[in-house]
Amino acid sequence: MVQFVDLQKKFGKLEVLKGISEEIMEGECVAVLGPNGSGKSTLIKTLLGLVLPDKGDILIEGKSILKQHLYRNEIGYLPQIAQFPENMKVKELIRMITLMREKPSNENDLIDYFGVSSFLDNTLRSLSGGTKQKINAILALMFDCKIYVYDEPTVGLDPISRVLFKNYVQQQKKDKKTILLTTHLINEVEELADRILFILDGKIYYNRSVKELISEHNETSLENAMVKMLENHSKNKAHV
Amino acid sequence: MFKIIRYSFLDILKSKLMLIYTAFFLLIGFGLLNFSSDLHKAIISMMNILLLLVPLISTVFGVMYFYNSREFVELLMCQPIERKDVFLGLYFGVSLSLSISLFVGTLIPFMFYGLSVSGQIFQFFNLMLIGVLLTFIFSILSFLISVYNKDKIKGFGYAILLLLYLSVIYDGMMLMVFVSFSDYPLENVALALSILNPIDLGRIAIVLKLDVAALMGYTGAVFNAFLGSMNGILLSIGSMALWFFVPLFFYVKKINKRDF
Amino acid sequence: MKFFKNSYYLLACCFLFPFYYFSKSIPVCKDCTVKKIETALSLAKNGDVLELFNEKYSEFNLKIDKKITLKGKKNSIIDVKGKGNGILIYSDDVQINTLQINNVKTSYTDDLAGIKLKNVNNCTVKNVTLNNTFFGIYLSKSNNCKLINNVLKAVAKKESSSGNGIHLWYCNQMIIKGNKISGHRDGIYLEFVKNSKIFNNLSKKQIRYGLHFMFSSNNHYQNNRFINNGAGVAVMYSKNIRMNNNVFSENWSKISNGLLLKDITDSKIYKNYFKKNTMGILAEGCNRMLIKNNDFIENGWAIKILGNCYNNRIIYNNFMSNTFEIVTNSSTNNNLFEYNFWNQYSGYDINKDGIGDVPHSPITLFCFLNEKIPESMVLLRSNFVDLLNLTEKITPVLTPESFKDFKPRMKKIQWYNS
Repeated sequence: MVQFVDLQKKFGKLEVLKGISEEIMEGECVAVLGPNGSGKSTLIKTLLGLVLPDKGDILIEGKSILKQHLYRNEIGYLPQIAQFPENMKVKELIRMITLMREKPSNENDLIDYFGVSSFLDNTLRSLSGGTKQKINAILALMFDCKIYVYDEPTVGLDPISRVLFKNYVQQQKKDKKTILLTTHLINEVEELADRILFILDGKIYYNRSVKELISEHNETSLENAMVKMLENHSKNKAHV
Repeated sequence: MFKIIRYSFLDILKSKLMLIYTAFFLLIGFGLLNFSSDLHKAIISMMNILLLLVPLISTVFGVMYFYNSREFVELLMCQPIERKDVFLGLYFGVSLSLSISLFVGTLIPFMFYGLSVSGQIFQFFNLMLIGVLLTFIFSILSFLISVYNKDKIKGFGYAILLLLYLSVIYDGMMLMVFVSFSDYPLENVALALSILNPIDLGRIAIVLKLDVAALMGYTGAVFNAFLGSMNGILLSIGSMALWFFVPLFFYVKKINKRDF
Repeated sequence: MKFFKNSYYLLACCFLFPFYYFSKSIPVCKDCTVKKIETALSLAKNGDVLELFNEKYSEFNLKIDKKITLKGKKNSIIDVKGKGNGILIYSDDVQINTLQINNVKTSYTDDLAGIKLKNVNNCTVKNVTLNNTFFGIYLSKSNNCKLINNVLKAVAKKESSSGNGIHLWYCNQMIIKGNKISGHRDGIYLEFVKNSKIFNNLSKKQIRYGLHFMFSSNNHYQNNRFINNGAGVAVMYSKNIRMNNNVFSENWSKISNGLLLKDITDSKIYKNYFKKNTMGILAEGCNRMLIKNNDFIENGWAIKILGNCYNNRIIYNNFMSNTFEIVTNSSTNNNLFEYNFWNQYSGYDINKDGIGDVPHSPITLFCFLNEKIPESMVLLRSNFVDLLNLTEKITPVLTPESFKDFKPRMKKIQWYNS
């Protein structure tokens, strides 16, 4: 479904992506993990066309998406921080985004689902961080897309909404949506992801399914397995 | 693109700044006309204010809006819209709403004081046209500077420097050239120098209509003859167009290369 | 009472009878006994009236040396066909009334004219239309003549190959009234003309001056209009002239002035209207003039007064929407500017006496600079220049400080009804 082919990117002298090649299958939910500054955000931004790679290609269903824009019709993106034009009202924003894409949307269901109907006439400036994040989620989820990209989706959400969101994603998984997820919450990975892409220093360091990661490191929980993996990594580095 | 223009346009219209801008022109207009109901004099004063304020506001507002609409831009860029359309939409939204504020804010007081029956209507619209052109030029210049500088403070600084240069320093330098080379024939130099600066060009285009008598005297006649001729008009339009299209070209070029 | 009135007529008849008895009317036309004006002129005696009809007479150099009247109809045309002058008048008391004279050719050796009068008194030229003539009406060494309601139209192209509309040389006590002149070199040209009245004329679109006079003192110019002439009006080397209620407008060109005053002394210029001229008034070597109650509107320079002008009074004028109000090449002010209304004045009137409390300096720094470097005109109304002007206004360094109106009026002066 989504194919990264030898993706490279430098910001000035800093090499952020050092040749990433990977394919994500249809209906798969992949968690992109890695420490801060490892390049995972950049990877996601290249997929959305916000960052242009220096080298390499990204293919969706076999077609290159570099310098294209229509493919984004099939991507629902939930950014890490809610970023909106502050002067707009919530319903205006939703309406604007629905107008940008010529495809059906179920924003009304989602408004009820997340319980934000009372905020529709407020300007975005006046909303709390959590409510903004809910609106953000509505914007990402309201279209029926093939691919969804979630960048730290539940940060700032209250526990109830967090559960609501996760349930929604579970439903999407059943609907065979392709999902790309970054998060720092291990339990979220455990609950949602089929596979883990661990990125370190701009390269894919580890690429296995969640089960494999746990069994490989002889641990019972994913959290412990990951700590072990990172320990191994620093040992290897010391050897070199 | 038109959707984006519409939204950024509506977004700006809603912001208080635009209201202040319009109200400012209303105030100035009524103030000027109230002070002396002489439309000719009011238009001249208005010209001085416009030539100072339009580039200033367009530059400052352009830079501010560009940096402040980062969120809006990123939201739009995740939609199936071309980058170029997002950014051009943003630019035209800004320059259109600034132009409309200018136009409405100036037209109302002048209409109120009988512009339509005054015989100065041509001069007034000439002034408005120059105001709108300068709005478009200085907005694109500020957008260009902003897109090249990720740092807001830096971008702001460069934009203000450029504005200062074109609106004051350039004229001062021109005068210095005149004073130091006053023994040489300077008509062509003067013409070339003033065509190269959009503010000067705009000013001369208005002055030519307002102060015909003075410009007919001595060297004025030379300028009038040149700028009134087909070549002169073409060159002036060409210069204005260059000031618009060259920054626009680099703006679009940079947009297509920049990371967000 | 009635008797008196009747006897009045009788008395009048007694006096007029001899003239009436001796003067006769000579009709000139194709079907008349006299077919040519030339023949009629040789037949005519003092006091006769030559009558022309609505016909074309192809004649030229018609010499009038008797006290006769030449009277035509609206379409009586003398077509000179470029062969010489139209009519030459050498006798006193000649009257020309209602006819047209066409096509007097340009000559570089002779001042060919539609009507030429030389050494005559008491002549009248009235209601004559002159089309396409080199000189229109040309008078020399004559007195007491009247030129009334004539129309002079020419289509001059170059200054060197064109003549003047009304041209007077060494004349005295003339009346030039109600003429319409266009397309000549100078509309009205006076040299050594004294004690004359020039009223109600319209002079427009001349190649050079609408009115041009030299060495012509004690003349009175009133209610004339000088519009869109190549170089405006030039007035030189004269004394005691009065110019009032004239209009000087749209005299635009690089050498154009509404009114050029050169070596004019003891004269009065009042209630005139200067609009849209490159220069309203340019005064050179003028002394003791009174310039009062004039309107200067939308001129490039309202008044340029050179350093060799002394003791002139410029008072009670309105200066409105001029690009520059006053310009001079002098560093001292030898003239009086008072009680004028300046619309560029930015002072205030706290005691409400109608006079501004701070003096007005009509000379701006830019105006001063522009005098030295004309090319700097491209910077007209630039913000930088305004900034300079403001600084200069606060702390004058370059502009002559004495050039001030110490009693600027706050409101426009209404002189129209006075």
